[in-house]
Amino acid sequence: MNQSTAVVAVRNVTKRFPGVVANADVSLDFNPGEVHVLLGENGAGKSTLIGMLAGMQQPDEGEILIGGQAVKIASPRHSLELGIGTVFQHVLLVPSLTVIENLMLGGSWWQRLARGAALKRFRELSGLLGVEIDPDAQVGRLSLGEQQQVEIMRALWRGEKVLILDEPTSMLTPQGVRDLGAVMKRLRDKGVALILITHKLVEAYAFGDRISVLRLGRVVGEIAPDRLKAMTEKQVTDTVIQMMFGTVEAHARDAEILTGRGRAAHRDRAVDRSGAARLQVRDVGTEAERGACPLRSVSFDLWPGEVLGIAGVDGNGQKHLAEVLAGQRHASGGKIEIGGIDVTADGVPERRKHGVRYVTDERLGEGTVGAFSVATNLVLKEIGVAPFWKRGISDWNLIHDHARTQIKRNDIRTPSEKIPVGRLSGGNIQKVLLARELNAEASVAVFNKPTYGLDLQNTRLAHDRILASAESGMAIVVISTDLDELLELSDRIAVMYQGHLAGIVENGPDVERKVGMLMTGAQKDAA
Amino acid sequence: MSAEVETLPGPLPGGDRLKEIGAAAARVLIPVLLALIMGGIILLILGKDPLAYYGYVAKRGLLTWGGLQETFTRMAPLLLIASGLIVAFRAGIWNLGGDGQFLLGAVITSAVAPLLVGSLPDLIVLPFCMLLSIATGALWSVVPAILKARYGINEIITSMMMSFLGTSFANVLIKLFFWDPATTVPQTRTLPVDDRLPRLFGSTVHAGVLIALAVIILVHLMMTRTAFGLKLQVVGANPAAAVHAGLNVAWLTVATFAISAGLIGLAGSVEILGVFGTVRADWNPAYGLLVVPLVFLARFNGYGTIGFVFFFSALMIGGDSAARRVGVPQHFVLVLVALLLIFLAVVEYLDHLRRKKVR
Amino acid sequence: MEGLLTQPFLTALLFGAVTAGVPLLLAGLGEQISEKAGVLNIGIEGMMLFGAYTGFVAAFYTGSFTLGFLAGGVGGAVVASIVMLLCIRFGLNQIVIGIAVTIGFEGLTALLHYFQFSRTYPRLDAAPVIALPGLSQIPVLGPGLFSHNAVVYLAVILVGVFTWMFRSTYVGLNLESAGNKPAALDAAGVSVIKTRALAVLSTGFLAGLGGAYMANVGAGLFVPMMTGGAGFIGIVLAMLARGKPLWVLLGAALFGASLSMTTALQVAGVNVPTDVVQMLPFAMVMLVLVIFARHSVLPPALGLPYVRGDRG
Repeated sequence: MNQSTAVVAVRNVTKRFPGVVANADVSLDFNPGEVHVLLGENGAGKSTLIGMLAGMQQPDEGEILIGGQAVKIASPRHSLELGIGTVFQHVLLVPSLTVIENLMLGGSWWQRLARGAALKRFRELSGLLGVEIDPDAQVGRLSLGEQQQVEIMRALWRGEKVLILDEPTSMLTPQGVRDLGAVMKRLRDKGVALILITHKLVEAYAFGDRISVLRLGRVVGEIAPDRLKAMTEKQVTDTVIQMMFGTVEAHARDAEILTGRGRAAHRDRAVDRSGAARLQVRDVGTEAERGACPLRSVSFDLWPGEVLGIAGVDGNGQKHLAEVLAGQRHASGGKIEIGGIDVTADGVPERRKHGVRYVTDERLGEGTVGAFSVATNLVLKEIGVAPFWKRGISDWNLIHDHARTQIKRNDIRTPSEKIPVGRLSGGNIQKVLLARELNAEASVAVFNKPTYGLDLQNTRLAHDRILASAESGMAIVVISTDLDELLELSDRIAVMYQGHLAGIVENGPDVERKVGMLMTGAQKDAA
Repeated sequence: MSAEVETLPGPLPGGDRLKEIGAAAARVLIPVLLALIMGGIILLILGKDPLAYYGYVAKRGLLTWGGLQETFTRMAPLLLIASGLIVAFRAGIWNLGGDGQFLLGAVITSAVAPLLVGSLPDLIVLPFCMLLSIATGALWSVVPAILKARYGINEIITSMMMSFLGTSFANVLIKLFFWDPATTVPQTRTLPVDDRLPRLFGSTVHAGVLIALAVIILVHLMMTRTAFGLKLQVVGANPAAAVHAGLNVAWLTVATFAISAGLIGLAGSVEILGVFGTVRADWNPAYGLLVVPLVFLARFNGYGTIGFVFFFSALMIGGDSAARRVGVPQHFVLVLVALLLIFLAVVEYLDHLRRKKVR
Repeated sequence: MEGLLTQPFLTALLFGAVTAGVPLLLAGLGEQISEKAGVLNIGIEGMMLFGAYTGFVAAFYTGSFTLGFLAGGVGGAVVASIVMLLCIRFGLNQIVIGIAVTIGFEGLTALLHYFQFSRTYPRLDAAPVIALPGLSQIPVLGPGLFSHNAVVYLAVILVGVFTWMFRSTYVGLNLESAGNKPAALDAAGVSVIKTRALAVLSTGFLAGLGGAYMANVGAGLFVPMMTGGAGFIGIVLAMLARGKPLWVLLGAALFGASLSMTTALQVAGVNVPTDVVQMLPFAMVMLVLVIFARHSVLPPALGLPYVRGDRG
């Protein structure tokens, strides 16, 4: 590592949280004019590392060097003053303020709002990034891609030395990803040190000049720029997998998920569409609350054993689709039939009786009650129903017995069924949800982002459960923003765009291009 | 501190049962002790002897037969209000409009009971009046309930507004409709002492205390052992999860408000049928907010609440006498309650920090 | 009845409306700052009451109304600092602490008053009045609206100042962000905790000032529990005003008018129980809430403590 060129470097940094070591003895250099990719799965310690660079956390051991000097980054403000700008995974803009107001945020209270100077800087950065945004537009009304551009501007606002991007492509369309790539190149050529955090190998190869691989809090390997340039994508893939798992073969499935290249093997079943469809959706629409995207006349059929993937950029009505299918949102028009029975007017309990199941993406937000026990959460959707309740009286013994069985059967890692579910890890909470939803009576299952935030092992488990359910004859809808995941699981892929089903395409060769076009709003004829 | 309480039967795993009980006792006793000490310091600053004050309060509220009877009697309305609050708080609903619901319940009972006792047997009149007061309290909660259920309007504000409205409306009712023509001061007709709730075992304690005890135990069992109670708790702990699980949140919200306000209305009724027999204009014991800390202190547990209500009743009865004898106004009890609430929150916060560290 | 439309009656009505409305205006403006920053300040009633007490005591012993008002504001801010420490710094439940603060200072002020004055209620002299040149000469309106204590004009000026502050200063941006997306403010390098702390202290000062005005100008004396729910009305005003100070002013004026009506009708000898009139403002709020229910929007982060690293 060349000491003299690095603008920012971390040296032997260790950060512990109760029960885990998030970063262990990490040393990295970040050079100007270079895109440095930090690659690793969820929980590898990437977020903790940038949290320390952004001043949100302090390292327990080791130091951070800025221009060769050891610096204690005490706060987000300090980090910004040092010229380190961070774009976090979740949008950190105030939706009710305008673009320029958001960018001005952070001035000292005794100063007057320096709108003129701010606009000047805004135009400067617009030029640098090559983007055009109305500075007086309310941020809540911008597209997610535009919001991200505003975030990049804010990160660069007080100096364009270092820019950290945390999983920046997760909410973008393929076009948005290309635009982002262009922005990164421009910035790199201007001498900015870019740090790109991702769990996708494809992105690392496409955008990175240097790749560092993290696993379980440690740096397990690095590919320097000269070497990276000389390698093919296949070679990079093999090298990274070697770094992460020791061998290329041992963790074939993990590697597949990491590279998004594993689907072909699993989708060789043909769906029998000669019989009656299990789920029929006709012209279903919903009403939107402020700022949400409603459904507009969505129609599709789904046969037993079939997996329909729903692709699209977040916020195009996917959530409403899931909720209207589950029965927890009222359809303002249209018709939903299950096995030929009209269930449009039914709520969640009635739909459950028809075998409808919904695994939500908000596992703690709505899927479970964090403060309640695992046992209670396992019967959350059957409160008052026999055999756990008789005449409205709870049979706690039976509920706990049931929980113990489920815990064993689904390998839910918890000390006891009485532990509040909120104390479990994300993967185990997902297991609780899967155990609750996927029982023998299930016939139609909706999965919303089933692997969001899970590590490789739990991602693999969830994928296996979904495929096994399809195998057993369930009709399945999988909503995801991760196209690779849909390619692996789906028989057909539909794209949601602004509340419409922009088109449905068979999973197969060339499907990525078709889906990509549909995601940007190109019309149905694209497919 | 939040409404996230789920009571499961049986011991918690991963630890010594005794240890758990000890920790729970500490969580409760430490705030009480701190509040008493802090209150004592305030008394010292004001030039009063805290030991003399507390000693007198204990003697008058607990250690004399007369005082103890008064303490038990005072428990009746407090327990019923506490039951109402437990239902609401466990369902995550801040019904802070207790005073209005209590007074209207009291006024309706005091208006109706004296008219009926002549023509109907007490065994019919008294329960009828209680039901009427329950309905009145529930009715008074309908607007905040619907505003909360349909539009998500903060029920703290609306229930308080309805409470102010209710206290004034109670006076209007007395002055315009139920004024006893035989009195010069505006008040309702008086229910004859013989027709009131029967006294227990030759004491001055009336049967309303038993009703209140039964109600709070039933409420506790309802919340912990029935589907309805669990549904309410789900709504309280995570409304989004309630929607997700297909619960009718709007209906449950209205039901919660109705039960809560109804029980508080019943408290007003029982206080009239058991103790006063009449309501005078401008009478307002303002129990509504005072019971809130007790319910919190017991972590919404019905049995625990009984203990705290007893403690607090003794404090009130003793404090009333101390106002005359020791020269410390009964307002001091308000200060104690506030200190209790603050220390409770702080202790729970520290406990939370400690647990986080252990994990 | 014919006495209702006489000049003195109307003047008294207007004058009373202003006197009753100003504490509500100050409380409402104060609560608005807290709510904007994402803090539901239920303890404002306690802040007003303590402000009323400290304001009165200071004015009583020094004879200076200016010092009285200042002491009232400081008193309110002292109470607010409890909320600041427990709710903003420690993240404790804002509703529980709010209730505690209100109950506690109801009790404490009554207690202090008792030990200070026993059961007597000494009065202050009439508060100094500034008659606005020209305007105060207008019949009825002049003496009704334009001959008041300086605090009244200050409160009205604050409406303009706050409107400007919310829209075109960093303070405004920071407050808005703290209530709408605290994590964004944090990422921009501004402390959410400090922003909210400042907001709560300002609320306390304004509420205390309102309480002091109530005691020193409105009543001329201190009586335990004298605020009688004014703080809660302030909360409602702030809720309905949706971040617009001018709407707080309008709401306070309406409330002030109906409170003033209570006294005015009594003076005029109209035979309606005062309770009926006392119900008016509350009934009006409920009515407004029922009618405009869909439109009262609160900041998404209201009432939630900010913990760095939590999403939102």
